[in-house]
Amino acid sequence: MSEGFNIDIVNPEKSFLSKENVSEVVVPAYEGEMGILKDHIPIISFLKPGIIKVISGSEEHNFYVEDGIVEFKDNNLSILTSSIFDIKDVNKKHVSDEIQEAEKELNKDDLNDQKRFLLNHKVEVLKSLSIN
Amino acid sequence: MASLDDLKKRISSVKSTQKITKAMKMVAAAKLRRAQESAERGRPYSEKMNNIILNLSSGVSDKEYAPKLLSGTGDDKVHLCVVLTADRGLCGGFNSNIIKKAKSYFQKISDSGKTLKIITVGSKGYDQLKRLYQNKIIENISFKESKNANYFDADKVGKIIIEKFENNEFDVCTIFYNQFKNVITQIPQEQQIIPLKTEENENKSSEENYEFEPDEDEILGNLLPKNISTQIFKAMLENSASEQGSRMSAMDNATRNAGEMVDKLTIEYNRSRQAAITKELIEIISGAESL
Repeated sequence: MSEGFNIDIVNPEKSFLSKENVSEVVVPAYEGEMGILKDHIPIISFLKPGIIKVISGSEEHNFYVEDGIVEFKDNNLSILTSSIFDIKDVNKKHVSDEIQEAEKELNKDDLNDQKRFLLNHKVEVLKSLSIN
Repeated sequence: MASLDDLKKRISSVKSTQKITKAMKMVAAAKLRRAQESAERGRPYSEKMNNIILNLSSGVSDKEYAPKLLSGTGDDKVHLCVVLTADRGLCGGFNSNIIKKAKSYFQKISDSGKTLKIITVGSKGYDQLKRLYQNKIIENISFKESKNANYFDADKVGKIIIEKFENNEFDVCTIFYNQFKNVITQIPQEQQIIPLKTEENENKSSEENYEFEPDEDEILGNLLPKNISTQIFKAMLENSASEQGSRMSAMDNATRNAGEMVDKLTIEYNRSRQAAITKELIEIISGAESL
């Protein structure tokens, strides 16, 4: 029996990442960051904008997601998301474009609180990205 | 009989048509491969989405308080049909197969006295339906600018549908598209997406006890609109693979037919040339004999 579990990240266009034997995954769940280890109980939750951290052994992989759903069952973690990118591949311009877009959106009047919260959060996460 | 010159012209025109169809076939074949790949790559997402929703909806104990997208409005009066077709023609029976399927469904709806509303996605479907159902078509969406089916477009369609549902403009929503089986077979499909039809899978769904964060209703409420976009995206992917497959086989047929025609015309051309020569010879010989 292996030490870890399997992770599948899929977006509508393709399977983004599929990895076996992952020791820990940290996802930005709706109610706060959530670390998932092997033999976690079955869970379904949303994602909010944030960083998915995939840790296998000493390796660590980071992805930025905007929204999505996580499902964990029988040591299989599935993450469905329509917007994800690898932090290593991202360039500064793309991030700053996204920030601008989000800020523009924030200035609109017809936002409800939930949306405003999510957008604020998104800007925050993106800003922390570009510092690194 | 047509003159030699006319035959020559016809042969060359058929030949150039053949060249065009051949080129179109090649292009379709190349595009088909890409479309097929992306259709296959897109499958895990919609499958997983379906699974999660299945698990979730079996967990919803009280159907009455379930989100409307899952349980429906409780009515069955207004039907919305989303007909997904291609933007371009020359692809065999691809568009007309969907239209045929949709039309028979429309007939059923109007026969049973229900109201029908139509959204067409893709300009070919609109062209074919506007003659008969002009007043029923409430929206016509076309993605001529985007080269490949992408999720962004599907999401746009999904949002339009959900907006209309929330304004109580319809009770039941069905989408029509072609499912890609292989290059020569595409199966027109009708799929009801609102209210969602979950296949009752008794032995599988019951035991899994998920922990939900936040609660089930909120997750369902968030997931169901996404699922609609996903279903539409799936339909668009299947459609684009089907379109290319259909075009490829149609163009293959056209090329072959053109080849046959060239052969036939060439034989006719040679025969009439031969006949002309023979006639000339006879004239010369009979002229010589009479001397």
